Amino acid sequence: MSQYHPNARGYYGQFGGAFIPEMLYPNVEELREQYLDILADPDFQREYQLLLRDYVGRPTPLFKAERLSRHFGATIYLKREDLCHTGAHKVNNTVGQILLAERLGKKRIIAETGAGQHGVATATVCALRGLECIVYMGAVDMERQKPNVARMRMLGAEVRPAVSGSQTLKDATNEAIRDWISNPTDTHYIIGSVVGPHPYPDLVARLQAVISEEIRRQLREKTGSELPDYVVACVGGGSNAAGAFYHYLDEPAVQLVAVEAAGHGVDTDKSAATSVLGRPGIIHGSRTLLMQDEHGQITEPHSISAGLDYPGIGPLHAFLADSRRAQFLSITDHDALQAAQLCSRLEGIIPALESAHAIAALEVMNLKPADVVVLNLSGRGDKDLETYLRELQLA
Amino acid sequence: MQNRFADLLARKPQGLLNLYLTAGYPGRHDTVPLLQTLADAGADILEIGVPFSDPLADGPVIQQTSTTALRNGMTLKALLQELQGIRQVLPDTPLLLMGYLNPVLQLGMEEFCRQASEAGIDGVILPDLPAEEYADFYQDTFRRYNLRPVFLITPQTSEARIRRLDELTDAFLYLVSGPGLTGGNQTADQGAQQAYLQRVAALNLRNPRLVGFGIADKASFDQACRHAHGAIIGSALLRALDGAADPHAAARQFVHSIRPAQTSTSAIS
Repeated sequence: MSQYHPNARGYYGQFGGAFIPEMLYPNVEELREQYLDILADPDFQREYQLLLRDYVGRPTPLFKAERLSRHFGATIYLKREDLCHTGAHKVNNTVGQILLAERLGKKRIIAETGAGQHGVATATVCALRGLECIVYMGAVDMERQKPNVARMRMLGAEVRPAVSGSQTLKDATNEAIRDWISNPTDTHYIIGSVVGPHPYPDLVARLQAVISEEIRRQLREKTGSELPDYVVACVGGGSNAAGAFYHYLDEPAVQLVAVEAAGHGVDTDKSAATSVLGRPGIIHGSRTLLMQDEHGQITEPHSISAGLDYPGIGPLHAFLADSRRAQFLSITDHDALQAAQLCSRLEGIIPALESAHAIAALEVMNLKPADVVVLNLSGRGDKDLETYLRELQLA
Repeated sequence: MQNRFADLLARKPQGLLNLYLTAGYPGRHDTVPLLQTLADAGADILEIGVPFSDPLADGPVIQQTSTTALRNGMTLKALLQELQGIRQVLPDTPLLLMGYLNPVLQLGMEEFCRQASEAGIDGVILPDLPAEEYADFYQDTFRRYNLRPVFLITPQTSEARIRRLDELTDAFLYLVSGPGLTGGNQTADQGAQQAYLQRVAALNLRNPRLVGFGIADKASFDQACRHAHGAIIGSALLRALDGAADPHAAARQFVHSIRPAQTSTSAIS
């Protein structure tokens, strides 16, 4: 088995595991015992694949971005996850998890959200299947991602503000976990990233793996080879990166580039670059790299992008960083904003702020003309327009 | 090896009152004096909460006291140092440290156990340290330092698992009263709670059983004690301390509201 799959206890090397209070044990254990069987079940697969095609709109295109290619001096392909229903890759996971929740007999769905994309994707599938949906969102994030709050409400979800701590993704996740503790039998928690206790990181990675499965096929059709020189993706918790990397993990010829949010810069106290600033620690049930002070208190991250504003990373990514299988870069708020404008003007595609970090990384990768790069354009930028107009002084 | 839990149970087999206090709350230097006041007023076991930025299993009250304590500058290192003299004032009361795993791991489990043991701490509650991880990685360290783990049990915990947890300790078992967080209202379904406590009582476990989460006053304390050896109160005590002009008077008054003053132990304070 690949070293990039977790062992029976949910560890990728020294990272992962399931550090959960006893109150969550039955729920997590039930999921751990059943998720692989359910995912492998032909009936599940039939339904999942049908929804991915007819509801999500997969496969998403692999687009050769000619003008970005000229700009960066290499061949750049964009994997257009921004064209998924709801506007980001997040729905790949929620479609799978809602089918899983149904098979576990759950009636009530909870989720956390940062940028709101996972919240919208969860509210969407709950509407589709007629299940109650409660989304926890940091009060600060509700303010900076208003369009997504409105979309969730339109879809019939209840959005509950998380008002503790920095009032962002970490705190929303705390509140979702507390809800799950308080509702131990009828509720399924749809985690939106490759974080949390085992088996969530593996479950979400498997459901996002469709991204790299498609990239391999599409790249072969376009270039004759399934293997690019680079796969580039942004990392907050790391679900779109996990999906884009998944079928390349055991291909050492393919360089994997994970792009974190530097915020104001990794040498300031306003950053979310976990692989640079983090040390091993426990967050949300997982042992991973974690931004914390010398006393083990979790520190408040900063990124202009709500989806990258998280003090940890998924345990798979911690392992990829530790083992140097992936190269980790960090991009400042400023450079991400510039990259968003560049992509909008050169390709007519307004990227999400999260994905803009990955685009900005192309500038610092020392690309050569012969290089083939696949960049996972994880989401579209509609939700970020207010920020773009303000920060780029376009209003 | 001394076991203050067993000693206590031999003296007093029923109605044990276990009180939880967030270290560094309400004031940075209140912890040891308040523990002494609580014991003098009649608490049988004391749980010292190590404040953490992200206390996942705790409700709003302990989230708030933890935040206040951290703002007051309380740290695990400082707490362990402060506790070094505590056995001079509280020789017999079983003392526990209750906190989350991350601050402990940053100090180092070995170092944590060494200092806790030197201070005379008897037990440790780390709700996000699963029993399996404890058994595989930390049991030897705990034993070497004569520290006892306390595991949580919920109405959903299977009998097989309860028995496994019972084997792993000789302090007590922490019976979470129902679904929810600390400080919640668990009295909604008294019937289900009593049935659960009776079911666990009938397992004839090695360890005494204390009920926690949502125990807030004399009525819920007495109710919980019907099918257990005692109960644990945290949030309600912290609420009583909140904004009190004299936290010691408030603490004494709170204990006496659960358990009327016992002249033999409370006269001196």
